[in-house]
Amino acid sequence: MIDLWYTEHHSPHVRFTVQVNRQLYSRESKYQKIAIFDSPEFGRFMTLDDVMMLTERDEFIYHEMITHIPMAANPNIRRVLVIGGGDGGVLRELQHYDGIESIDLVEIDQHVVEASLAFLPQTSVGFRNPKVTVHYNDGLRFLRPIVDTYDLIIVDSTDPKGPGEVLFTKEFYGTCYKALTENGIMVSQSENAFYPEDVLTVARCHRHISHTFPVCKIYQAHIPTNPSGHWLFSFASKGIHPTQDLDADVWNARGISTKYYNTNLHCGCFCLPNYIEEMLKANEP
Amino acid sequence: MKDQHAAPLLTALEHMKANRTVPFDVPGHKHGQGTPELTAFLGEKCLSVDVNSMKPLDNLCHPTGVIREAEELAAEAFGAQHAFFMVGGTTSSVQTMVLSTVKAGDKIILPRNVHQSVINALVIGGAIPIYINPQTNERLGIALGMSLKDIQSTIAENPDAKAVLVNNPTYYGICSDLKSIVTLAHANNMRVLVDEAHGTHFYFGKGMPITAMAAGADMAAVSMHKSGGSLTQSSILLCGNDVNAQYVRQIINLTQTTSGSYLLTSSLDISRRNLALNGVEIFEKVKRFAEYAREEINTIGDYYAYSKELINRDSIFDFDTTKLSVNTLNIGLAGIEVYDLLRDEYDIQIEFGDLGNILAYISIGDKTKNIERLISALSEIRRIYKREQSNLLSTEYISPTVVLSPQAAFYSDKVSIPLDDCVGEISGEFVMCYPPGIPLLAPGERVTHQIIHYINYAKEKGCVITGPECMDISRLNVVKESV
Repeated sequence: MIDLWYTEHHSPHVRFTVQVNRQLYSRESKYQKIAIFDSPEFGRFMTLDDVMMLTERDEFIYHEMITHIPMAANPNIRRVLVIGGGDGGVLRELQHYDGIESIDLVEIDQHVVEASLAFLPQTSVGFRNPKVTVHYNDGLRFLRPIVDTYDLIIVDSTDPKGPGEVLFTKEFYGTCYKALTENGIMVSQSENAFYPEDVLTVARCHRHISHTFPVCKIYQAHIPTNPSGHWLFSFASKGIHPTQDLDADVWNARGISTKYYNTNLHCGCFCLPNYIEEMLKANEP
Repeated sequence: MKDQHAAPLLTALEHMKANRTVPFDVPGHKHGQGTPELTAFLGEKCLSVDVNSMKPLDNLCHPTGVIREAEELAAEAFGAQHAFFMVGGTTSSVQTMVLSTVKAGDKIILPRNVHQSVINALVIGGAIPIYINPQTNERLGIALGMSLKDIQSTIAENPDAKAVLVNNPTYYGICSDLKSIVTLAHANNMRVLVDEAHGTHFYFGKGMPITAMAAGADMAAVSMHKSGGSLTQSSILLCGNDVNAQYVRQIINLTQTTSGSYLLTSSLDISRRNLALNGVEIFEKVKRFAEYAREEINTIGDYYAYSKELINRDSIFDFDTTKLSVNTLNIGLAGIEVYDLLRDEYDIQIEFGDLGNILAYISIGDKTKNIERLISALSEIRRIYKREQSNLLSTEYISPTVVLSPQAAFYSDKVSIPLDDCVGEISGEFVMCYPPGIPLLAPGERVTHQIIHYINYAKEKGCVITGPECMDISRLNVVKESV
């Protein structure tokens, strides 16, 4: 086997390197560079603009945590919107919930979905769900005219550089607020709070979200291939509290099999290290 | 026909770099070697061409080589007899137009909504302004173009005037009937000077309003750095057929630096080439962006993003559809308030807000995602901040009473008195409301109740008022004899 390695920068001074068996897909779309590789340690993985989006080995952590936390906090979610999420992983987790009536997925880049369907069956199986309607559009543009419609918006975006940039802005969060129903929840991936450049992003997003939604709580998960391995998510709502409103029995009665998420972890993941708590507090209203 | 693919100044600078010429001349940073922090910030490439005039690079004050060639290419691209590369902003282009056309005591006809630079030129040169009050659109509270009838009557009253100056287009994108104005002025032996600061793209886009040069105007000041993509502070001054360009050069050299920046002049050369070769495509894209944003903003509700429907073939002879001007009064917010909210709450910096409108500058550098952000932020501002319309005074145009020439008033003995006590006095200084930088008072004008009321109101609304010595505009310098 040739000695082929994939490297990405986790900070200007830190690199993360993974051995690669071969490259399966490569394309420069209108929006970004898309690539899919096969690797001995992490299985297949997809990169957008030279940043790993998911690996077959650890994607379950991200997709379970971004989906089951809000779905357990409000068992009555009917209408769901996924922004981004072109790999299908969130859709796969959502298909466990019979109560969901419809799922809209808004992905800006059709080629991400096509590549996932061709090379990432582990996640793109989610597209088979008949409740799903896929829209190829800018997330902000799609949401702008929508009012009081979704019970849950999951923002499964790339980093705030490139096409995902608009999904980290105050106008986007406000537009989500407007599109949510009275019990609406928005969950968003929120980067890491370790490397200084990324801390600025987390702080800015938290400031925007906590000034837009009455409830805004941060939770964490451990994702080996993400920068620093310690990943944050934002839970924002018009009133539902992520842990106080959790009815663990109701969720457990669903009998959903998960590898990472459970209802104890649900409560625990909102307990954060001091350095993060302090940074968040400094950005709250 | 010259080959617009050429960029002589760029080529000469590249040649100089390739030769690795050793600098024993100014600037002292020596291609950035002596100033590591500055070089790290601006980049080595940038510093390596921040050089002094030398034979192969020509001299801006007396161009006979590559600068002259670059200016000739620009002249042809703009359809002018002569083009000057300017490094003191379009302010210097405008002032050169005025100073090379009217002398002390000469009359010049101009609309009140001229840029400050025009009146500054009158202070320097001593010419007398004959103002035409621009028509205004009551609903939008904006100044329009010059009505031909107003120019006719002003010329009839001032047959000895030497020139007519036109703003075309205005900041808001409003165009006057340039061709008829030129015919009328020339028939009365008057020059036509056009402040075309916001109209560079008219020369290169398709289906754009007529340009000053095509309309037969004598001189035009073009802000290449606005829609043309060159560096801030670079500008082009155009001369028509009957203008003595060598005299104009002498006027330029009265005030222009003898160390013209090659960063600025090369950016003019490169931008001219880009516009000549790709302008049609570039400005089609800009028009599409602006059209799309207008449609989307008009569907939000309450906002009014205006366009060609305003045209009345007189004071709004034509409209520049690349401009994205939006009236905000129906959401109960002044334009300046929306302007501040966009920056403070949404990290979006737009070009300006006045009392009733905002203007977002759409250009060659825009991306769809940023247009979406702007539209969505406006939608959010309406959702969150909309309030009942209450006492939203919109921009008023106050007819000035010129008592002394700007030069005489500016250089007279003055006394400082509280603003509210100034009614009836003659102002000795400027009062500008910024943006967009149109004078409320110019030196030599009578101060009225209405003007003081407007200054206080604009201050309260958060407009920046500039000009007077007294920084918070609580006092004004007035002409001593009149106290």
